[in-house]
Amino acid sequence: MSLTHLQYLESEAIYVLRETAAQFQKPALLFSGGKDSIVMAWLARKAFYPARIPFPLLHVDTGHNFPEAMTYRDEFVKEIRANLVVGLVQKSIDEGRVVEEKGPNASRNKLQTVTLLDTIEEHQFDACLGGGRRDEEKARAKERFFSHRDEFGQWDPKNQRPELWNIFNGRKHFGEHFRVFPLSNWTEMDVWQYIRQESIPLPSLYFSHQRKIINRHGQLLDAETGFVNLLEEEKAKIEEMTIRFRTVGDVTCTGAVLSTAATLDDIVAEVAAARQTERGTRADDRRSETAMEDRKKEGYF
Amino acid sequence: MDVQLNPEESSLLRFTTAGSVDDGKSTLIGRLLYDCKSIFEDQLAAVEESSKRRGDEHVNLALLTDGLRAEREQGITIDVAYRYFATPKRKFIIADTPGHVQYTRNMVTGASTADLAIILIDARQGVVEQTRRHAFLAGLLRIQQVVLAVNKMDLVDYDQKVFDSICADFMRFAADLENPVAIMPIPMSALNGDNVVDASDKMDWYSGPTLLEHLEMVKVHLGEAHVESRYPVQWVIRPMSDEHHDYRGYAGRVASGSFKVGDQVIAYPAGLTSTITGIHTFNGDCEETEPALSYSIELADEIDISRGDLLAKPENPPHVTQNLDAMICWFSEKKMKTRGRYYLRHTTREVRAVVQEVVYKVDITTLDKVAEQTEFSINDIGCIRLRLATPIFCDAYSVNRITGSFVLVDEQTNNTVAAGMITRTLDGADDSDAAGAYAI
Repeated sequence: MSLTHLQYLESEAIYVLRETAAQFQKPALLFSGGKDSIVMAWLARKAFYPARIPFPLLHVDTGHNFPEAMTYRDEFVKEIRANLVVGLVQKSIDEGRVVEEKGPNASRNKLQTVTLLDTIEEHQFDACLGGGRRDEEKARAKERFFSHRDEFGQWDPKNQRPELWNIFNGRKHFGEHFRVFPLSNWTEMDVWQYIRQESIPLPSLYFSHQRKIINRHGQLLDAETGFVNLLEEEKAKIEEMTIRFRTVGDVTCTGAVLSTAATLDDIVAEVAAARQTERGTRADDRRSETAMEDRKKEGYF
Repeated sequence: MDVQLNPEESSLLRFTTAGSVDDGKSTLIGRLLYDCKSIFEDQLAAVEESSKRRGDEHVNLALLTDGLRAEREQGITIDVAYRYFATPKRKFIIADTPGHVQYTRNMVTGASTADLAIILIDARQGVVEQTRRHAFLAGLLRIQQVVLAVNKMDLVDYDQKVFDSICADFMRFAADLENPVAIMPIPMSALNGDNVVDASDKMDWYSGPTLLEHLEMVKVHLGEAHVESRYPVQWVIRPMSDEHHDYRGYAGRVASGSFKVGDQVIAYPAGLTSTITGIHTFNGDCEETEPALSYSIELADEIDISRGDLLAKPENPPHVTQNLDAMICWFSEKKMKTRGRYYLRHTTREVRAVVQEVVYKVDITTLDKVAEQTEFSINDIGCIRLRLATPIFCDAYSVNRITGSFVLVDEQTNNTVAAGMITRTLDGADDSDAAGAYAI
């Protein structure tokens, strides 16, 4: 018999999702409305079918969302009959837990960490499933499937538990928790091929469309939702472009790519030919050479 | 590129690379990724930028994999890094591990999920102590395919005699490995790209495949496809909805063999027999399972089965045991001592275990067995005898990588402190076939 790489990856992810449900008291699945978290939720539905997913989806909402992503989120959650918990960054700002960044590059991306940790504490979640993949970023290349976090939510890359065969060690002390990454071994291409194979519906943002865009140092940022702080001189330079998004997250740090890819086949072909990583469009990773590792140590996804 | 389905074999190959920086391991991986277009422009630009800032003379491809701050500062790899690339024939997952003695535990970790190992040799140095250790570890973890990458052929004038002599040395040594290993020696220069992706025009005397051709063609099986059917139960699915009122499915991933609707199965530890009435997935019901895939299985009788239990077939039962011998690799700074107590995690089951005795340790330099030892330090490898509080249902690692493996967990810190491979079980009359099945 022959096994395809997608069958292998699907089965591995389902195995990890079931291990998470079995080894933890109160897991949650981090759902951003981005394609990776959509695929993860899709796999969770498969893992426990015909029962419902035995844990809620958790959306850490920066408030700076594409409206299309929010509409999609609510429909998708209903379709897969899941429960949704929302943690609001705006609430953290109102309560003075975090201070909003200022200036044209202001983003709530970094503030999410505090809201995430607060929401984890409020609901007593002891494991959060994330859609992170090892091919995304070099600090993630050494991330575990079951990633241990101390009681402050911090990641210690030098003290990670070895993972062998398919044995995952989720033992922990009270107050500690885990991040679990079922898609660790997937690449961007695998995700797109799987979406195509399964015909998973996606937010329209992933497909080619017309949008008002501002080009800031080579990054194509949205100028339609009003969440990106525009400089006076930029306001005159807004252009209508044919674009799509390779990743979908907080509007302020999600860059678009010029693209006419309108179908999943087009996108798979485009990803195959791409010469830039998808995180190349993310402003948050460009802040320093080890920006991702530094954020992860503080408790980022 | 789109990975085409290879109708004969899996379209995924997991492999590990062992060797130090001096053997050209990073250059080799960099070459594979670069020539297969798996390094992106922004990654390359970032690496060029860092290399320049650090004052490196060449673009340092190791910076692609060494992502952690401490690694970049010290210029070392401290952990297993996973890298991905694909060709039109296959998708590849590389577990890139550092090769020095103090990283034995990382090599063991990387090898545990690999189906093939690339062992690098510097053509000027030939088979050295490190080569023997890498081959020993590949055999220990039961990697059945080894590529002997004789690198830096450009520095020995692409001389066939040098290559032949290194191969003969290695074969002599490999003949003593307990588990059979298929060896494919390939002469190459990773720096110049000879025989990595493209065939070399400087070694007419070599007519075999390039490294990539071999990786694309080599036969591997994902999961264990042999007769011992094993299904560890992960989770019980009970929808308790009107539509599926009486549904009770045992969720799991097939460890080995296969199960069909109508098959008789025994559930361990209960020891009760029942019949499979349904094999379900989200995409529909199946008549038969495939190894390594995940299912939900329903049985005819209501018997008490929960997480950590095992379904097997009556004609090929597992060993049910509380006493076993195992090869272990110790991972922790905190030493293992005789009488030490740990949690043992085996498939989906967890039991308490105590170390009865150290049978022997392996001198990782000479590969000799050393008797009369009482403790293990970090990176030590050897054989120990364990007593378990409750039975596990297992096979020897030499026949089953999933039901033959376990990890030990420290009771205080909850850290994973050892990897274990079962060599034999010690109670009951049924263990004679396993006895001595794994000697080194």
